[in-house]
Amino acid sequence: MAIDEDLKEIYDIFFEESAEGLEVMETGLLSLDFGAADLDTINDIFRAAHSIKGGAGTFGFMEISSFTHGVETIMDQMRDGKRDVTEENVQLLLESVDCIGTMLECLKNDEPDNADQRKPLEERIKALLSDSESGSDNPPAAENAGSSESKPEKTGTKHWVIHFSPNTELLRTGNDPVLLFQELKTLGKLSIKANLTNIPDFDDLDPEELHMSWVLELVSTCTESDIIDVFTWVAAQSDLEISEKDGNPDTTSASETDKAEKSDKSAPGAGAKSSAKSSTSAGAKDKGSATKSRESASIRVAIDKVDSLLNLVGELVITQSMLRRFGDSYDPDSLKELRDGLSQLERHTRELQESAMQIRMLPINSSFNRFPRLVRDLSTKLGKKIDLVVSGEHTEVDKTVLEKLNDPLVHLVRNSLDHGIEMPDTRVANGKPENGTLHLSAAHEGGNVIIKVEDDGAGLNREKILSKAIQKGIVQPNEELSDDRIDNLIFQPGFSTAEEVSDVSGRGVGMDVVRRNILDLGGRIRVQSNPGVGTSLRISLPLTLAILDGQLVRIGTEVYVISVLSIIESVQLTKAQIKTVSGSGDVFKMRDEYIPVVKASDAFGIHERDMPSPADILVIIESENTKFGILVNELLEQQQIVIKSIENNYKKVPGLTGATILGDGRVALILDVAGFQQTTDRTKIAKDAALLAEAA
Amino acid sequence: MESESNIDHQLVSSGEFLTFILGDEEYGVDILSVQGIQGWTGTTRIPDAPPYMLGVINLRGAIVPIIDLRVKFELKSAEFNSTTVVIVVKAYSGEKEHIIGLVVDAVSEVYKFDVESIQRNPELSNEQVNDFVEGLISIDEKMVIILDINKLASEWSLDLDQQESAA
Repeated sequence: MAIDEDLKEIYDIFFEESAEGLEVMETGLLSLDFGAADLDTINDIFRAAHSIKGGAGTFGFMEISSFTHGVETIMDQMRDGKRDVTEENVQLLLESVDCIGTMLECLKNDEPDNADQRKPLEERIKALLSDSESGSDNPPAAENAGSSESKPEKTGTKHWVIHFSPNTELLRTGNDPVLLFQELKTLGKLSIKANLTNIPDFDDLDPEELHMSWVLELVSTCTESDIIDVFTWVAAQSDLEISEKDGNPDTTSASETDKAEKSDKSAPGAGAKSSAKSSTSAGAKDKGSATKSRESASIRVAIDKVDSLLNLVGELVITQSMLRRFGDSYDPDSLKELRDGLSQLERHTRELQESAMQIRMLPINSSFNRFPRLVRDLSTKLGKKIDLVVSGEHTEVDKTVLEKLNDPLVHLVRNSLDHGIEMPDTRVANGKPENGTLHLSAAHEGGNVIIKVEDDGAGLNREKILSKAIQKGIVQPNEELSDDRIDNLIFQPGFSTAEEVSDVSGRGVGMDVVRRNILDLGGRIRVQSNPGVGTSLRISLPLTLAILDGQLVRIGTEVYVISVLSIIESVQLTKAQIKTVSGSGDVFKMRDEYIPVVKASDAFGIHERDMPSPADILVIIESENTKFGILVNELLEQQQIVIKSIENNYKKVPGLTGATILGDGRVALILDVAGFQQTTDRTKIAKDAALLAEAA
Repeated sequence: MESESNIDHQLVSSGEFLTFILGDEEYGVDILSVQGIQGWTGTTRIPDAPPYMLGVINLRGAIVPIIDLRVKFELKSAEFNSTTVVIVVKAYSGEKEHIIGLVVDAVSEVYKFDVESIQRNPELSNEQVNDFVEGLISIDEKMVIILDINKLASEWSLDLDQQESAA
């Protein structure tokens, strides 16, 4: 399949992600225990397969999509306990993982499809699926199907098969095959199988003649020439055949090598049984290292961003050497120069900080860009008419956040298209325009990025969700749930209302993965649905690692940080300017508007004894189109602050975005403007304010 | 007092416990979980936190919550003085790792003993303590209460799950 030049970048991302997914699948498969498999691991493998399938479908790589669908189905059955985790099954899955890898490689290099490798596997998967037994009669893959013609061009680990048949004179020349094998062993993981069939009867045996031949299997990152080098000295006296193999070696032959010392990863299929055993004993440690390797992902940075960073570092070095001069010989007359130098240093530090941040920030465009194609293809497939509206695509998001956001977004969009928006005739019958609209938007809101996926479809079917939840045991039959609560049940693991499994959506992983990915990023996801009107999914993500322009304020004895962006103004108050509503809520009249006033001491539970003087400065804050005021004791300086997570070691605290460390090493808490309102029973106060405004 | 000492690097064998004093009692934690010991410096209060949660401190750039074990275990609270120390421990709730500071009266000793000899699951009347006690052990006629610090951290994670499901 040819790849359009302008889509190349997005394809690259897909290849990168799929490679990661394959790695996850492989590691997971290798660590599975036969008979009693860990459900979490199966889920992980399943999700990875699902993501690859989804991604491949998005880009129209139908071969990969349909092939992976088979793999996914097997995993699904394993997950539901309908299929046993046997050695054969895992073996087949591992081979499939390799096959998907090769398919991806072929696509990437614009090479013809590796049908030779795929077809037999496809047949076996089909056979396994149609077989209602546990599929144990399937032969383990020992033959290397289509080995030499489908050589992937990747530089990773390769599986070499070496047929070494020396002639009978080899020993006489002083060569010892064992030494050669030891040499080979230094290249990677080696397994040896000797062919003894040519050895003559004992009576005819000449001990100085060699009658054996060997089949060697080497799992290594080396190249073919590396292997040839090893055999250089015996080349004239032997037949040497080196081929690369994609299938799995015979498990029984891989017995001599020490598997425990090699990582599972370096041996994609080297004897699933023994690898699995070694990783069981290593247990949790393996898991830890796997997650670590996933985190150390790379980042692609435009060269000009790096250049500007280097320029700034250069400037910084100059400023530093200038400042050092003052340290060496202090002269009161040069005080002005010193001040200039310091302000220069400050500027450079700030610029440096900004460009360092810039490296991690990318417009969400790169993620949104893939959707027009997805929507077009899917709507054609589903026979629906859908307009895609994208807004806020220039919103910049941290690179890691962006990467982890891709899969969830794909799931959400697919779900909206598949389940949300109705068929054209249904729409017309319901008095809606024939074309459904899918709205994708992104925006910054305080310290958060808000991403919304909205459709004008049928909305969620609450009855169906509820009955499904009861059926799955997520909800007790007699439980009373609010509509909102029911809607959000769709994020529960294993939940899906689709009656038929399609490859578009509806396996009940989608929403689960979405929620989990978003939680991993420290974000939140909510669904809001109006029957007949549409569904809106709102993802709120914190700008991790973000730097905030912060206004430091003193409340009582402690310093808090409020995002400068959210502050409208600050007012010095006299007590008379605050009016009470029904004795509890306070409001402040700003020009023509009554604004609810939050006593920080109440919101933060600060004791009266810690408030030496009454807070009399009102900081007026705007968030999500509502305004409120916070009473503080003192306005301190404004500065850029680095957001640190509180939940890393503690838990999420309502009303706080995080914390930061001040110049003196103390910790200051950062106000979460949007969340703060919820914590202060603000709705009630707002109502009161509205009442008062009416009365006035 | 030495502001900080990393003990876990020197002692790799398990079965060793760092003990500390709370009032008249001696408590122990697995030494492998101890990240360091440092003097009491004061904390930044966290809103809506339980009373035993004194707040957070800055530990080499990380925000670390500080727990007053006296309050947690419903002992009489004490004035913080020069011997008051914070033991920084690493606790796990599930997969998640938490670094937590425990305010104690003073650090006592490092004991080594057979883990098997811990008398497990004592039924203590005080539930606040009982939930976090792994067992009791006698050393030189003294009784040391061995704590399971992972449970301290799990308590928050449970909170969080409840919040989520409620949300």
